[in-house]
Amino acid sequence: MKISGAEIFIESLKKEGVKHIFGYPGGVVLNIFDRLYDNKDIQLILTRHEQGAVHAADGYARSTGKPGVALVTSGPGATNTVTGIANASMDSIPLVVFSGQVPTMLIGNDAFQEADIVGISRPCTKYNYLAKDVRDLSRIVREAFYIAMSGRPGPVLIDLPKDVTASKTEFTWPEIKIRSYNPTYEGNKWMITQAAHLIAKSKKVVILAGGGVILSGGSKELKELAEYTDIPVTMTLMGLGGFPGTHELSLGMPGMHGTYYANKAIQESDLLIAIGMRFDDRVTGKIDAFAPHAKIIHIDIDPTSIRKNVRVDIPIVGDVKRVLTVLNKVLKEEVKEQWNEVRKAWLKQIDAWRKERPLTYTYSNEVIKPQFVVEKIHELTKGDAIIATEVGQNQMWTAQFYKFDKPRTLLTSGGLGTMGYGFPAAIGAQLAHPNKLVIDIAGDGSIQMNIQELATAVINKLPVKVAILNNRYLGMVRQWQELFFSERYSHTKLDESVPDFVKIAEAYGAVGLRATKPGEVEPVLKEAFKTKRTVFMDFVVDWKEKVFPMVPPGAPIDQMLFEKPEEKAEKKLKAVK
Amino acid sequence: MRHTISLLVENKFGVLSRISGLFSGRGYNIESLSVGETIDPQISIMTIVTSGDDQIIEQITKQLNKLIDVIKVVDMTELEHVEREMVLIKVAPKQEDKAEVLRLAEIFRGRVVDSSQRTYTIEVTGDEKKIEAIVELLKPMGIKEFMRTGKIAIAREGIKK
Repeated sequence: MKISGAEIFIESLKKEGVKHIFGYPGGVVLNIFDRLYDNKDIQLILTRHEQGAVHAADGYARSTGKPGVALVTSGPGATNTVTGIANASMDSIPLVVFSGQVPTMLIGNDAFQEADIVGISRPCTKYNYLAKDVRDLSRIVREAFYIAMSGRPGPVLIDLPKDVTASKTEFTWPEIKIRSYNPTYEGNKWMITQAAHLIAKSKKVVILAGGGVILSGGSKELKELAEYTDIPVTMTLMGLGGFPGTHELSLGMPGMHGTYYANKAIQESDLLIAIGMRFDDRVTGKIDAFAPHAKIIHIDIDPTSIRKNVRVDIPIVGDVKRVLTVLNKVLKEEVKEQWNEVRKAWLKQIDAWRKERPLTYTYSNEVIKPQFVVEKIHELTKGDAIIATEVGQNQMWTAQFYKFDKPRTLLTSGGLGTMGYGFPAAIGAQLAHPNKLVIDIAGDGSIQMNIQELATAVINKLPVKVAILNNRYLGMVRQWQELFFSERYSHTKLDESVPDFVKIAEAYGAVGLRATKPGEVEPVLKEAFKTKRTVFMDFVVDWKEKVFPMVPPGAPIDQMLFEKPEEKAEKKLKAVK
Repeated sequence: MRHTISLLVENKFGVLSRISGLFSGRGYNIESLSVGETIDPQISIMTIVTSGDDQIIEQITKQLNKLIDVIKVVDMTELEHVEREMVLIKVAPKQEDKAEVLRLAEIFRGRVVDSSQRTYTIEVTGDEKKIEAIVELLKPMGIKEFMRTGKIAIAREGIKK
């Protein structure tokens, strides 16, 4: 029996096990939306902006490990997805984005709502397709899901001309074989053995764990490696949750806003084991001064990540989980070292750094400190929640003060740094985990970038909680202006322009709560977590608070600021008086 | 250092754009590029000449390999290989230089493929040095137009560098 392209779209998604898609209708995707209207297998969540749809699909993917799916119309619908796609691409998140396109005969004619989205999205997708013939459609969809999920995951876009969704053909589900695409999963055994011997020979060893640990599902293997060899672990922003943040071997996050002891350990180490991470500039600081004494073992599924930014002594291309499984086996069966003895001095040294400069902030009775809110959220949820963040100070305080113990519990825009990511991502995660507490930790700037998704959360009865750390500034930029631009706050002061978030929440049919005093933080959080509705919590926080420690841009990562240089001088003066 | 990279790619629309985008997106320059079908019409072969230090060339070859439509990448510079490029040179010599132009063409094993009252079009094939040499010699005679195919390269059989 012949069925239409729109029906093939639906059949193909069913074959891929897709239950939820996020999207927004428009002229050229009407054939598909019409087929979705009474379909029982696939639920479309209507967002209020196409960017929100892609971020929601992304949050769905990050929290589940399944691919996220979005469906939008041509032209502006398609171009609005670009930020979401680029965001997923930078963080290696598997998405399949379907965009409508004008009929094939009109392509290139500057037709109404035409945009060359295949051209536009080419540099920020893992791969993309223009489906020109309905007979290719099911194969393309199957390939797209395969490419998105395999190797180093990433977003794939399929452009669907209107006539292709209307024309009919037999539905087939062909086996796929892409001769030019063969990701490497198994690490080279000889290299792994070399790595094991180097680990045995080295004393001051640190593991740098990235998002690849979570993507490959290798958290258990990582924990086994760290515990067996007594090696401390520092997790990049993308790696948080890949190793338990409350573990005694955890050093927290490294880099620009990382912990002093993580950065110190990296700089003093004689061996770095980089696992599923790509040496981002926010991690390395001044690259020439990064880990000057260390040999580097780099495990990554993407060969282009290796030796891109730093020299590597032992490169291992492969899937993190599989490589670590072999590495653990070699260490246990062939190397057999008395690890406790080897590491004693090193772990003692790290403990000394930990005591010298712990992660801290000054509590106040008068005004809410944003870090206090994050700590309270961790305390009240006992770490059992999915946390999304926006980008900026809210993101860094979350990374510092919320201890992520489990993989896939942090949804954050790492590579692209997209303000407006967190709220729609939280919506996507809540849809996938209806019984979990899902919290977006936001800033007053970021939340306004996709605030329209309140409607999506409310109408779908998704009880997402949004904790807005409201400092009336674009805080992270303001912090840079304060520290490096002589306190000239160019266009970062939002002040009275910040809307009443309680009223906004109520206008959309959500619950709005506010805390202005430290004593109100816990009651507000408790009330929010109790209700089954979408909640906005407006925490009016100390606007002067900055994210510390901080590595100034261009400095080596162990040259950190722990407070504003002048504030330090002032304190000394007071002490003298 | 200059490298000649040979690529086997799927013969589909958009592939060239993916490859050129890879270079432009990272600020690498393509010095020459030639593309054509192979014996198998579903596969095209590309020869790209680019330059950069070892780290950049390593990134370029890895990034090319990472592209879904790229089947095989060979850095010819690492192998003993033969390189050729063809140029078409339209020269408009003065009356007294005409004989010299024809003599140069012959020395360089070029062929005159077209002529008019005022011009000769000469076809020359060779490696970079040979092409450069004839261009230098013809310049004073008045080169009117100059077309080149871009370099192509093939590995020598059974010879390791």
